[in-house]
Amino acid sequence: MADPMKIRANAVGDATEVKVLMNHEMETGQRKDAQGKTVPAWFIQNVTAAWNGKTVLSAQWGPAISKNPFLSFKFKGGAKGDKVQVTWVDNKGETRTDEATIA
Amino acid sequence: MDARRRDVLKTGGGATLLAALTAVGWLKPGEALAQAPAWNKAAFEAKTIDEALKALGSAGPAQSKDIAFVSTPDIAENGAVVPVGVSSSMPKVESIAILIEKNPSPLTAVFAIPAGTEPTVTTRVKMGQSSNVYALVRSDGKVFVASKEIKVTLGGCGG
Amino acid sequence: MTSTMRAAIAAIAFAIAAPAALAQGSTEKGIEAYRQALQDGNPAELWEARGEDLWKKRTGPKNASLEKCDLGLGPGVVKGAYAQMPRHFADADRVMDLETRLVWCRVNLQGMSEADAKRGPFGGPDRKSDIEALVAWITSESKGVTMAVSLDHPKMRENFELGKAIFFFRGGPHDFACATCHGEDGKRIRLQDLPNLTAKSGAQKGYTTWPAYRVSQGELRTFQWRLNDCFRQQRFPELEFGSPASIALTTFLAYNANGAAFAAPAIKR
Repeated sequence: MADPMKIRANAVGDATEVKVLMNHEMETGQRKDAQGKTVPAWFIQNVTAAWNGKTVLSAQWGPAISKNPFLSFKFKGGAKGDKVQVTWVDNKGETRTDEATIA
Repeated sequence: MDARRRDVLKTGGGATLLAALTAVGWLKPGEALAQAPAWNKAAFEAKTIDEALKALGSAGPAQSKDIAFVSTPDIAENGAVVPVGVSSSMPKVESIAILIEKNPSPLTAVFAIPAGTEPTVTTRVKMGQSSNVYALVRSDGKVFVASKEIKVTLGGCGG
Repeated sequence: MTSTMRAAIAAIAFAIAAPAALAQGSTEKGIEAYRQALQDGNPAELWEARGEDLWKKRTGPKNASLEKCDLGLGPGVVKGAYAQMPRHFADADRVMDLETRLVWCRVNLQGMSEADAKRGPFGGPDRKSDIEALVAWITSESKGVTMAVSLDHPKMRENFELGKAIFFFRGGPHDFACATCHGEDGKRIRLQDLPNLTAKSGAQKGYTTWPAYRVSQGELRTFQWRLNDCFRQQRFPELEFGSPASIALTTFLAYNANGAAFAAPAIKR
């Protein structure tokens, strides 16, 4: 199973700032290993973030997002103690969901 | 800067880029990006910006001064991790996309921005070499574009 | 050559040189902006989180966690511990750096064999290192804490002197010493400024920014890894993990960094 994300959600005025770090290789499919064999592409394709069941961001990614991806965004609303949930799905169908409490 | 942007665009994806940007819709109106896990395979696997835009189904984007690159350096010490932030001061931003002209597949990310979410996203991208980076913003049904050249001192595939 | 000609040539030379110098300056500024932009969101935090879990996880033949491991400030005290390491541990009657102490705790608290406790000190894409993760978390608990390595114990003094000797020891096919690259101000390799580890400010800057997430490798690298890589670059024999030489060199460099606020895990190119 994939390792957990690190999510920080901070209330800033009437908005919530979300910063996410994800554990993922983000293999491009362009790289060759020591034996000269192409390392197959393996990368996160979809990311969604939700607050109180409402989608606050969704993304489609290609393999050019850096390894151990970082994502930061801000949405209106969110109170201290609310949960923000982030889910990713990669091209192998593997998925991971984590949540953070707004601080 | 504007003049340079125009030059960049002209020489960028070839002379056809502007035409392509103008001719085809970047994102179809009402395209439900929020309904993950939709993933636009054709757009992400496109080898040129023109093809990527076609695959995204674009509509004539205009260059805009209301798109800014934030926390995005002019030069990257390592292409494996290049911070890119895109922000727009336009109203009703529906989505933001990042394209890197000289990467094997230029389309890097598409962010759907629901109402209530600020039109600013920051992430980190890989760049194989120095390149123009395009930020496309769809606002109130129209598509806009801005670009920035980022120099890479070491490609994202080595070092 | 007339003096006007000389002046003209000088003027041309200046005209050519000036933009180059300008470009150099703006490149450095650009790189600085790049490094700054990376600070917001350091993937090292992913290692830190895993390390904290590992610290609390019961494992090994004794099915124990590391929560009673004494890093020098008492059993289980992690906050600020790294800023005073390496140090002399009375229970082992040895000078230990963080890695050596972790191995000691894994052997004594968790009942692992020494070989198991030392296994996999450095990770990669397909092999995660528990030691690296633990080091990431423990060092993060000293972020902002002033480096205060004490040489009061005679064995610490001995280690410091040995480490200093190793630092200046020239050898290998390149006739290199650590000091060849890190013994003078203003040296660099390509865009990398090399800290002068014999000067206070250089040692402080060099030592307090490890471990670091290396964006070029997509991995967290520890100070121990940094030493090993310097040895490799000098074409020295591999520095054995947890060896007396490794602890001595770490002692020398950590002590030189005293007085600076510890600033890692950092993020570097």
